Amino acid sequence: MFIKLLSDAIGFSAIFLYGSTGETIIEKSGHLNLGIPGIMCFGAVGGCIGADMAYKAGMGAFGTVFFGILFAMLFAGAMGLLYGIFTISLRCNQNVTGLTITTFGAGILNFWGAIVGSIGVFAKPSLYFTTSIFGEVGNDWFSQLFLSYGPLVYLAIIIAIVVSIVFKKSRTGLSLTAVGENPAAADAAGINVIKYKYVSCVLGAAIAGIGGMCYVLDYSAGSLEYIVDQLGWLAVALVIFSLWRPGIGILGSLIFAFLYLLPDQFLPKYVSMNAATSAIIKIIPYAVTALVLIIISFFNKRETQPPTALGVPYFREDR
Amino acid sequence: MKAIELVGITKTFGSVHANDDVTLDVEKGEILSLLGENGSGKTTLMNMLAGIYFPDAGHIFIDGKEVLIKSPIDAFKHKIGMVHQHFKLVDLFTAADNIILGEKMPRFSIKEKSQQYKHQAANEISALDANLDEKAKKKAIAKINNKRNLKICALPFIKFVKAVAFNYLPRNRAKKLQKIADQYGFDIDLKKKIYEMSVSEKQTVEIIKVLYRGADKLILDEPTAVLTPQEIQKLFAVMRKMRESGKSIIIITHKLNEVMEISDRVAVLRKGKYIGTVKTSETSEKELTEMMVGAKVDLNIDRQLPVDPQPRLVVEGLTVRNKDGLHAIEDVSFTVNGGEILGIAGISGNGQKELLEGIAGLQHVESGNIIFYNPKENKPVTFFHNDLKQVKKKAEIGMFHYPDGTPVDLKGKSNKEITKLVNDEQILYYENEVIDLKHRTPREIQELGIKLSFVPEDRLNMGLVGNMSIVDNMMLRSYRKGKSVFVNRKRPKALADKIIDDLGVVTPSDMTPVRRLSGGNVQKVLVGREISSSPKVLMSAYPVRGLDVNSSYLIYNLLNEQKARNTAVVYVGEDLDVLIALCDRILVLCGGKVSAIVDARKVTKEQLGLLMTKMPETVERYEYAIPKDTKTETVETNTEAEVKEEESNDKQ
Repeated sequence: MFIKLLSDAIGFSAIFLYGSTGETIIEKSGHLNLGIPGIMCFGAVGGCIGADMAYKAGMGAFGTVFFGILFAMLFAGAMGLLYGIFTISLRCNQNVTGLTITTFGAGILNFWGAIVGSIGVFAKPSLYFTTSIFGEVGNDWFSQLFLSYGPLVYLAIIIAIVVSIVFKKSRTGLSLTAVGENPAAADAAGINVIKYKYVSCVLGAAIAGIGGMCYVLDYSAGSLEYIVDQLGWLAVALVIFSLWRPGIGILGSLIFAFLYLLPDQFLPKYVSMNAATSAIIKIIPYAVTALVLIIISFFNKRETQPPTALGVPYFREDR
Repeated sequence: MKAIELVGITKTFGSVHANDDVTLDVEKGEILSLLGENGSGKTTLMNMLAGIYFPDAGHIFIDGKEVLIKSPIDAFKHKIGMVHQHFKLVDLFTAADNIILGEKMPRFSIKEKSQQYKHQAANEISALDANLDEKAKKKAIAKINNKRNLKICALPFIKFVKAVAFNYLPRNRAKKLQKIADQYGFDIDLKKKIYEMSVSEKQTVEIIKVLYRGADKLILDEPTAVLTPQEIQKLFAVMRKMRESGKSIIIITHKLNEVMEISDRVAVLRKGKYIGTVKTSETSEKELTEMMVGAKVDLNIDRQLPVDPQPRLVVEGLTVRNKDGLHAIEDVSFTVNGGEILGIAGISGNGQKELLEGIAGLQHVESGNIIFYNPKENKPVTFFHNDLKQVKKKAEIGMFHYPDGTPVDLKGKSNKEITKLVNDEQILYYENEVIDLKHRTPREIQELGIKLSFVPEDRLNMGLVGNMSIVDNMMLRSYRKGKSVFVNRKRPKALADKIIDDLGVVTPSDMTPVRRLSGGNVQKVLVGREISSSPKVLMSAYPVRGLDVNSSYLIYNLLNEQKARNTAVVYVGEDLDVLIALCDRILVLCGGKVSAIVDARKVTKEQLGLLMTKMPETVERYEYAIPKDTKTETVETNTEAEVKEEESNDKQ
């Protein structure tokens, strides 16, 4: 039973991991994108359209998954570009722009869902996402925990690890961190600040978008449900929890997913639950995030603080 | 050939002409000083060379060729490197990471390389042995061509691998750079994080960064403003070395003696316009000053003898710890008298900040007393610091008298009558009020008339809010006094306009956010506001830091005016010449302790320099020779007052 819960949690954690890895990339460039929930909704819409089209064209497993991911990234990336144009070029308020995109995205998902229907509409293409990439797996705990997931779960972890390495070990990561810490210094050092900001906004949004698709096609097996934006907020909280490190985000997403599933799946077997207790347990991830904020501000170590220029628009000729 | 040539450069910000038709040139292997008042457009001009700003009009020639510098990347291409006044370093990174930040991959052009391989192959073919028969020749040519094609095909992969390898940050990157730094003779640990570094270390990192990127045209924007004399000499030695190796250097500075010492030629800007260039060997400080400000200025500061100096602020055994728990100020005692300027000299970071902030209530005072003698003798009681109860209590112990000299007895008087008496200024103090500042809040201390105008390295950090207008910044001091829930901007606006007029603040309007003003103007606003509130003690730290000669003298005059008003002025300064010329007495800090209090009229610069760096065996404490009987009298009255205060405390 516990293995089942843990296995479910790992599958579920991919959603948070995509969202938080994407948001981390964006925040590293000094942009606080509160549009992540909406962008994940767009990713869900795009992913479903792409996977459905590829499936109907008879493309098989690889084609369906590939076009699902591609369309999710395109749709979400377009939103990221929109956010970028507003906040980078037009220097609008980042919070307002982000919240607008969140409202917009959630609305679009609901609207589109009303047209195509909800329960099980993408059940067929989603089969390719839910079946394990290792084919039939045994019932032992090892296979259940490590081999039983669809492609998106592994992809999420690979992306998080790659991004983590890029941040730590490459000049690209160094430059990106510099842009988020002190854009004027980065600019004076000859880094194209605007380019870095745009690329990270679009790429981060595209990665987060896969998370939205992951929820619809992987976790809920092709049923459209309207809680994608709720999960998006948890992904934004996870960025703080993981101290802007995607590596820690892997563990953090697992904890968040575990706590999210705990009241619905595991506890009812042992204790009597009602709506209130379940809601209280679901608060824990937010509470833990607040606690992490308190702890990092208590230690006040420079390395664990958010990017210094987070939320501050940059204009070279500003005095 | 000229390294840099600027022709007819113009740049405007809104309606302000920062640069107007400036023409300037720098030879190879020379040091050019760029001199000008605050806001004369020196930094703006240099920023256009560094690619931060783009000129509205004009031409830039580098090494004889006209170029467009659209961004810092272009500036790097033309080997221009600028060390900005506000360092452009990422605090979170190590020095090494800051130096390699933004470094571009060495050029690797697939097109050029494939051309090269084609040429090579053609050469090899033509060099083939002519005696070979047809078949062998064909075979050899095919072999060479195959080899060539293979090489060309491999080029994109080689480029990719090289790009990845370049992108990878090795763990020992600091070590490699350390060698370069050691070669240039810089003494610095490149593994240290920037936020742990001192100002001069940060500057060294900036210079290494510029040199590492291969710049041979260096621009240094006020590099000496934050350095100690020894560090300045070190910097000048490095600059001379660079000049010898053929690099061109432009240095922006306000300090004329440095201009004379380091530069080959001096270019002068005034109000955004180019005035002229002179050879340093053929000019004098006086001529340069005239070029800079336009009219002849009097370099002497008008210093009057202090009139009736009475102790105003007595500090005894003050000890303050800094953030790291170390003693920033240890057992410091001194007296500031009304009507004098007490200078505080010391190498920056020797406790000046903690001392002033301790007095102003902004830092926790570990031990020691700060006694403030509020000059109340024969002045009327107000309800500003006392409420009715306190007035009654103080009257009971006989602290007040009527204008005709009879003691005040409030017994049997109704509250209304007392209020009327106070408001009519009929109740006067006998003596000065003695107040211990140790347990007062910063606001209470402010309201007692002890004003602090601290100009930190980052001018907008303390005292002013950058995003607020000049008017609103004036209101920061006064908004609590209003009675309505709405703010009234009338008086702050009048004050702001007065400061703009009196101190010549260059600003588009009084509603312009303060952060948009140039550094010197920000300082004028800050100092102007603190002085306008008619303080009893004015503590002013580095008020002329980065200001040009004219504005500096304006500030000195303001301080002298305050002195004439019998205010006790504390002036923390860097320039020893000014300290000696402006102050009456100078307190020298060394490692957080008082190494001497000297008579500014007799001390020499060398003596001060020595006291700043070394604690003497016996600490000299110069006090005014106040006639003996009056002095003892004040002391007696003080102790009496203290006893009375204690008594009143006991009663409470």
